[in-house]
Order: sequence, then structure tokens, then C-alpha cells
Amino acid sequence: MDCKISEPVVGPRSEDVLPDSISTAVKVVIVGGFGVGKTTLVGSVSEIRPLTTEETMTQAGVGVDDLAGVERKTQTTVAMDFGRISLSEELVLYLFGTPGQQRFWFLWNGLFEGALGAVVLIDTRRLDDSFDVLGRLEERGLPFVVAVNAFPDAPFYPMSELRAAMDLPDDVPMVDCDARERSSSRDALLTLVRHLYALTTTASESR
Amino acid sequence: MSDSKPEEHKRWDEGGPERLYVLTSGRSAPGRSNTLDMVTLIVTRHRPSSSLQPEQSAILRICDYPLSVAEISAYVHLPISVVTVLLADLLDNGHVEARAPIPAASLPDAELLEAVMHGLQNL
Repeated sequence: MDCKISEPVVGPRSEDVLPDSISTAVKVVIVGGFGVGKTTLVGSVSEIRPLTTEETMTQAGVGVDDLAGVERKTQTTVAMDFGRISLSEELVLYLFGTPGQQRFWFLWNGLFEGALGAVVLIDTRRLDDSFDVLGRLEERGLPFVVAVNAFPDAPFYPMSELRAAMDLPDDVPMVDCDARERSSSRDALLTLVRHLYALTTTASESR
Repeated sequence: MSDSKPEEHKRWDEGGPERLYVLTSGRSAPGRSNTLDMVTLIVTRHRPSSSLQPEQSAILRICDYPLSVAEISAYVHLPISVVTVLLADLLDNGHVEARAPIPAASLPDAELLEAVMHGLQNL
């Protein structure tokens, strides 16, 4: 193997440093197919330039391919972009974009554990891409909302038609979103948090 | 595998998996790895003068202020799983402290959600 000298580690720029008073971090996952705008959304609302972290995984752990009897494992590398929003002096929110395809589900364990919820970003031209994701989230019981990323050249459908096409339950909020716009991305996140809040307060009332 | 990938994949993977194996002394799952979330915040407590692995020294250097495990992973160009192992040692030696995220509950509590909503509304 080549012995390469690692390049020097450069930490956050001084303007990207969190105050020492930050005590709590929460996370939200942005999930969707390739090219649906996850990174755009994360980038538009993040206070730092989105960072990339990677994870490796042997193919055998992925659980899609039947590798029974196959001794040689191959390695998969998956990149995840994420951003950050300081919400107060004590509280910071991290946003992780993750691909929705089944072959990336191995990423979900560490990522969705402890997440507040998920925003499923969809492109009306490729609704099929979101079916797997929606089913999987419902299975996991992680609360989510659906954000319809408005691509300029995508045909317009009423929300009710999209909801029907995705077979989405009535209690899952849907919201229009322009992932390039900070305020619009922020509103998609707010829709999720309001939904979570409603779920939480309803649950505590019925106790 | 790394040979088949063009440039975008990337620095830590250059030496291949062997380098990561050496860095972690072959460990893949430290005892406390399950207590470290991607958004657990890490802060350096003190930097020892004694010998640490360069990667661990780098972590201590960039964590003067709180950084999440995911951010550390991005800055040191190592996968989360490797960073977690390195951090477990630093935690055990008291070189860093961890500010754990809200424990995974079925639903987060209303007060926390109010704080998140409030913060987003003020953006």
C-alpha cells in the first residue's frame, strides 16, 4: 500500500465556530432521490458551507444483493452532505442529506436514530423514486413531511393529486418548496417541526 | 475499489482500508461507540504533550469549540466509524468531553420542539 502523508487538518473557519454555550444538538434528515435537491436545500438554509462526511460499508452488509457463498466483499463508499443552523446560544440543528434508494438504507441506522424527523424531498417528474423512501419511513415510525421541490420545468400537479399518487396518509403534511430559497427551505423545516409538535402534544393529551 | 473511483473519492480513502485498520488498531466498534451519535458535540478538555496519533491530535486541535462528530469526520477526512473509535479513546483519557444529543425517544419533548420552532422562525 502507498504511504501517503495526509494533508494537514484544517478545522472550521473562525466564523464557523460554535459558541461554547451550545449544549444540545438535534438533527433532521433530508431524504430523496438523486438530483432532487437535497444538497441545495441543506446549502440554502445552512449557516456553514455544507460539509461532506463519508462512510464505508462492505457490500455484504447492505442486504440487497444475495452474496451467499461469495467470499470476496466489495466496499461501498457513500458521501453525505450536511449543514448546520444555530437556533439559540444553547441549541444547534444539523441537517443531513441522504439518498433514498434502497441500497443506501444501511446509512439510515446511525442517521435516523435520534433524529427529530425527516423531510422527504420529491420531484414531481420522478415520483416513483420516493415510493421506497415513504414506505421505509412509515415502517420505521419516524415522523416526516413531504416537500415538493418546485423545478421550473416540472409540470404542476395539485397537492391532492400528488398525495393520491404517493398513497400518502392525510395526516402527513405536504409543502411546496423551492430548495434554492433559504426562506422556503426554512419553511419546509418549520412544517416538519410543527408536525412533530402536533404529534407530541396530541400524544401527551391522550395519555 | 478506490482505484476505480475518480478524484472525488478522496483523501482518507487513498491509503485503502488498511490505513483505517491501523488507525483504529483494528477495532471497528468501541465500547462507547453506541453512545456517540453523529451530532454528539465534542469539546477538547486538555491537550496532552505526550504522544497521540496525529489524527487524534488533529481532533483535539479543532475541537477547542464544540464540533459534532459529523463535522470532525468532515474536517479530518475520516469516516464516521473511524472517528468514533478515535474519539472513544480520547473520551476514556479525559482529553475531550461529549455533549450527548437528546436521547432517542419515540417523540421529542414539546419544550425542545418549541425551541427549534422558535429558532427557525427567527432565521
